[in-house]
Amino acid sequence: MSARLQARNLSCERDGRMLFRDLDLVIGPGELVRVEGPNGSGKTTLLKILSGQFDDYQGELRWGDAPLSRVREAFLSNLVYLGHASGIKAALTALENLAWYQALAGETGSEAARLNALHAVGLAGFEDLPVAQLSAGQQRRVALARLELTPRPLWVLDEPFTAIDKPGVAALEQRLHGHVAAGGSVLLTTHHDLAVQGSVKRIQLGEGGEHVIL
Amino acid sequence: MWAFIHKVGSPKWFYGISGRLLPWCWTLAVALILIGSVWGLAFAPADYQQGDSFRIIYVHVPAAFLAQSIFVSMAAAALVFMVWKIKVADMAAAVMAPLGAVMTFVALFTGSVWGMPTWGTWWIWDARLTSMLILLFLYLGVIALRGAFASRDSGSRAASVLAMVGVINIPVIKYSVDWWYTLHQPASFSITSRPSMPVEMWWPLLLMVLGFYAFFMAMTLMRTRSEILRREAGKHWVRELAAGGA
Amino acid sequence: MSSSNRCPSSAVERVEPRDGLGVAMVAIFKRDLIIAARRRSDILNPLAFFALVITLFPLGISPQQALLATIAPGLLWVAALLATLLSLDALFRADFEDGSLEQLLLAPQPLSALVLGKVAVHWLMTGLPLALMAPLLGLLLALPAESYLVLSLSLALGSVSLSLIGAIGAALTVGLSRGGVLLSLLVLPLNIPVLIFGTGAVQAAIIGDPVGPHLAILGALCCGALMLAPFAIAASLRISING
Repeated sequence: MSARLQARNLSCERDGRMLFRDLDLVIGPGELVRVEGPNGSGKTTLLKILSGQFDDYQGELRWGDAPLSRVREAFLSNLVYLGHASGIKAALTALENLAWYQALAGETGSEAARLNALHAVGLAGFEDLPVAQLSAGQQRRVALARLELTPRPLWVLDEPFTAIDKPGVAALEQRLHGHVAAGGSVLLTTHHDLAVQGSVKRIQLGEGGEHVIL
Repeated sequence: MWAFIHKVGSPKWFYGISGRLLPWCWTLAVALILIGSVWGLAFAPADYQQGDSFRIIYVHVPAAFLAQSIFVSMAAAALVFMVWKIKVADMAAAVMAPLGAVMTFVALFTGSVWGMPTWGTWWIWDARLTSMLILLFLYLGVIALRGAFASRDSGSRAASVLAMVGVINIPVIKYSVDWWYTLHQPASFSITSRPSMPVEMWWPLLLMVLGFYAFFMAMTLMRTRSEILRREAGKHWVRELAAGGA
Repeated sequence: MSSSNRCPSSAVERVEPRDGLGVAMVAIFKRDLIIAARRRSDILNPLAFFALVITLFPLGISPQQALLATIAPGLLWVAALLATLLSLDALFRADFEDGSLEQLLLAPQPLSALVLGKVAVHWLMTGLPLALMAPLLGLLLALPAESYLVLSLSLALGSVSLSLIGAIGAALTVGLSRGGVLLSLLVLPLNIPVLIFGTGAVQAAIIGDPVGPHLAILGALCCGALMLAPFAIAASLRISING
């Protein structure tokens, strides 16, 4: 079964406003898809629909060859979603946060792996501090450490460059490229000027449900 | 089958068919209530214990029945909305809530008015009135929750969940309160069992109950139609309707 | 900083672990316990509120022992109910605000099972302490000593339902800015059966009637809530997250 997310005739209307209509999209291995559009155009809603969080839409979603609703557990096991909020608990340490994410996916994991992941995002030495004592950028990095820690084919990232400093941005771009080069897929929204090698599929959401796929 | 369900659920289709049903509902409602109230208030015999004051039963009992039935209808509409995503069902549920709240209030008010000559006090904590009061709070909760969300769709779904949770709780609450207090006279009216009231009192009561149900149907259809127009205001058929009618 | 070829070249699907749910539920339980332990005010505030409310009644009504003893069961139960209500608002709010609730919805485990872990911690940190503290406050209200055990038992059993039903309300209102007031309106009517049978048990203990039936019904309500509430809580969380 291939790690392919497919949307057919996807339409979404919220509160009387048509966000997008008859959207056809395929995200397969080795592809990076970027959703663009002005604020409020439905980018986050589209990401939430594609990651299975929001189910008020018309159209069809498929994972591999099966409808998404039927293989939901398998789909979620192959997905990492990072939203607007970092998803990191301030009262826990960085290590404890990562351990919790692994447990949510049903794995116990190893401390060594978690330490490695934190080192990879530049948080060496900060593993045991309560996250509340880290800066906003550092807290974001703890979230990004999940990408290192739990290898998953599909990454869905909503504004992943928020609060990251310049070297962090460069590292993340390289990370995204590495993932795509190794056969993974990335779906993201960002206001940042993405400098990633390779082809990038772009979806532009516009007024009145119109969209353009480039 | 699915095509039929979705056809029924289409706002435009519902608007059309409800427009044809509405005059019949109103006629039925007005006729039944008129006959029932005249019969009950003027012609039915007076109760040997309570005299003429018991006649308020002709408003109180139908209102109480409706108050409970409307909540169940609202929960059923909520279920249809959540499972089959039919927006008309949500519109109906949205208009039923205030209707049900008003019915509950009428039941409480008439119950209180009935209580004054009967018990000598404006309020008494007996099983039925207490259950009605709790029901009123449940209605207010659903209405408040729907309105508290910035997104209308989220408010609809939240109110639907609450309505379904509430409807499961209503029997539990009812029996708990019944156990808690058994002062109120046992309910002497039910559609299926033999009435413990004399037939001359029972018939006008039945007419009033049916009349209230017809009134509820008419009001719901009418207000759902307004809600459809409001929500679908941007659609082509609504604009045509407005242009043609004006 | 990171090498560009971290991902294994075969980034294919993995079969989810069989025992994933157990690991996840234990993890949620432990996580919430640790967080609660690091924020002790969350435990103490409801208890202080409980004691304060009980103190208000003799001041507001009368210090007469006989009168207080009559109304004590009801007062204790209502005050415990209100104290539980206070702590419910925070049940999902912190997770909602920092985004971990969103992640919870994305775990490949049934959400209804996961929320059970959260509610279990809430009961341990709120309902159980209230149940244990109640006899002490019963002392202040001249509650007859033979009913202390039943008081604690009924509160411990009833507060499971209170936590579960309250969690539905908390889940529905977590995304609202002033959800706390609305939460009371939603939750209190639904908890009336528990209140009725809880106080009924204590009153039965005072006059010497059998307590078993009341506790049995409380147990039945608790079982019903355990079976049905998690689905309602999960559905409500999904609605609030997409708010």
